[in-house]
Amino acid sequence: MPQRRHLVASAIVVLLLALLPLAGSRYAIDLTTEVLIYVLFALSLNVLIGFTGNISFGHAAYFAIGGYACAILLTTHGWPLALALPAAVVLAGLVAAVVGYFCVRLTQIYFAMLTLAFAMLVWGVAFKWKAVTGGDDGFTGIKMPEMISHHVGYFYFTLVMVSVGAAALWVICHSAFGLTLVAIRENSVRAGFIGVDTKHMRWAAFAVAGTFGGLAGALFGMYHRGMYIENAFWTESANVLIMVLLGGIYSFVGPIFGAAALHLLQTFTNQYTPYWPTVLGLILLVIVLVLPDGLIGLVARLKGRRGTHKGRS
Amino acid sequence: MTLTMFTLNAFYGLALAMNMFIIASGLNLIFGVLRVINFAHGMFYMFGAYIVFTVAKTWGAPFFVGVLAAAAGLAIIALVIERLLLRHLYDKEHLMQLLFTFALVLLMSDAAKMIWGTDQYSVGYPPGLGGAVNLGFVVLPQYQLFLCVVGPAIAIAMWLLVDRTRWGRIVRAATQDREMLAALGVNVPMVYAAVFTIGSALAGVGGALAAPRVALVPGMDATIINECFIIVIIGGLGNLWGSFLGALAFGFVVQFGTVWAPNWQDVLPYVLMLVVLIIRPWGLLGRPETGH
Repeated sequence: MPQRRHLVASAIVVLLLALLPLAGSRYAIDLTTEVLIYVLFALSLNVLIGFTGNISFGHAAYFAIGGYACAILLTTHGWPLALALPAAVVLAGLVAAVVGYFCVRLTQIYFAMLTLAFAMLVWGVAFKWKAVTGGDDGFTGIKMPEMISHHVGYFYFTLVMVSVGAAALWVICHSAFGLTLVAIRENSVRAGFIGVDTKHMRWAAFAVAGTFGGLAGALFGMYHRGMYIENAFWTESANVLIMVLLGGIYSFVGPIFGAAALHLLQTFTNQYTPYWPTVLGLILLVIVLVLPDGLIGLVARLKGRRGTHKGRS
Repeated sequence: MTLTMFTLNAFYGLALAMNMFIIASGLNLIFGVLRVINFAHGMFYMFGAYIVFTVAKTWGAPFFVGVLAAAAGLAIIALVIERLLLRHLYDKEHLMQLLFTFALVLLMSDAAKMIWGTDQYSVGYPPGLGGAVNLGFVVLPQYQLFLCVVGPAIAIAMWLLVDRTRWGRIVRAATQDREMLAALGVNVPMVYAAVFTIGSALAGVGGALAAPRVALVPGMDATIINECFIIVIIGGLGNLWGSFLGALAFGFVVQFGTVWAPNWQDVLPYVLMLVVLIIRPWGLLGRPETGH
């Protein structure tokens, strides 16, 4: 395993990102912060999709729970960040564990529909529990700790959190546990034959995905100084799913590129036309009809073609 | 709650259930045969409602001409989508099909904005159905009564079509073994195209019939698709009478929820679905999944 090379490459990327504020552009810093948050969100979902082979259509639920919980604990209850953030992440993980318990009893399309149903329940609660969540006005005016209230400070905070989160997910996905998940994805019946408790493993994957999704949500809420019910709606779940698929589900780094590409594209498209849904719809058609293995798959295919070419000449 | 109030609420619940059944039965039929969860079904519903608005209100044609236009319009749209794009995806993973239908949602939502704008529209009750029927202890609106007749009629028509005709037998065979059916000389792709067309036309009819009851706004598709999912999941994916039961449960829960737990009526259907799924993971009348 070329672990060392990966480590060096990631360190360089993080260092380069850390130098970004030197460029002094507020716009670039904010945009990068957003991309980083979506990267973590997409990576967390890929634990379920890419590694376990379970399509969750309700991942926005854990994003929203993390975001709302962190916002409410900080603002309504006045908790310090050092307590509120871990509590929000743990809560998202716990809810994912409870939901996952029921979802992993089903597979394939039934699994996807049940995750969607639970997510819409979360959305419904966020919508109707006005006293706590602010309902459809959203939860605004989050009290931020002094240290990270400035956009540069928040950028570094996000960079550290996302790097730590991504590193943790990398370790999880490449551990014995992660490899077991891949075995379940490839052939869950055979994985069962060799003594893997597939249900248990899928359950654990569900909880892991929810936990890190919650962290991404908490970062998102603090960045925007508010959480809105749209963040829990099924279209948000679809959005992160598209990020993962655009990048490519069969590699760890795929979703990173997918999240970055989709979010940047959305931001730039919105500057020129209100018809972002049309653009996204066309992108989806391209993924579905010609790019089923995502950008990473495309790169691999191009590389492969060049490789065979060289070999022949 | 007095008898009058109870009857009235039960009746409104029933009318809502029947309207929802018409829409959900199309989604259910498509899933049962094609194994495709069509996220664009809510969009088809919205187009049905908008078409009836254009035909009946803008052009001044009779309401039921508008309903027929909605059915025909959605049938044509669905047929084109199926023949041009969807038929290439049957062999791919479920995920790709889901994404494809989601792409349809995005493209059609922008198309609707371009055609109809973002204003809110309403369609009045058709003449002759705008009144009420007095039963002595309760007065029932005619249009809702009409829905209570149309819903079961469509259910019975679909049951006859699928369970009692030769074509229905072919459709049921297609859900069991596509290759074998093709080997027997049946043109399976045409069966798929027909099922997708009929299912989508039902969404159009459901939308057209809902138009006098609801406000026509962008985004009306997003809630309806979730409610349809709830209904077909409660009943059991692919089961016609299951969807009927699911629609009834949905209608009553929403209507009585509005009375007894106002503010939470939108959440109650999800709770209902979770309870059903925890007790019977494959829905009330569904069967456990077998492999693929």
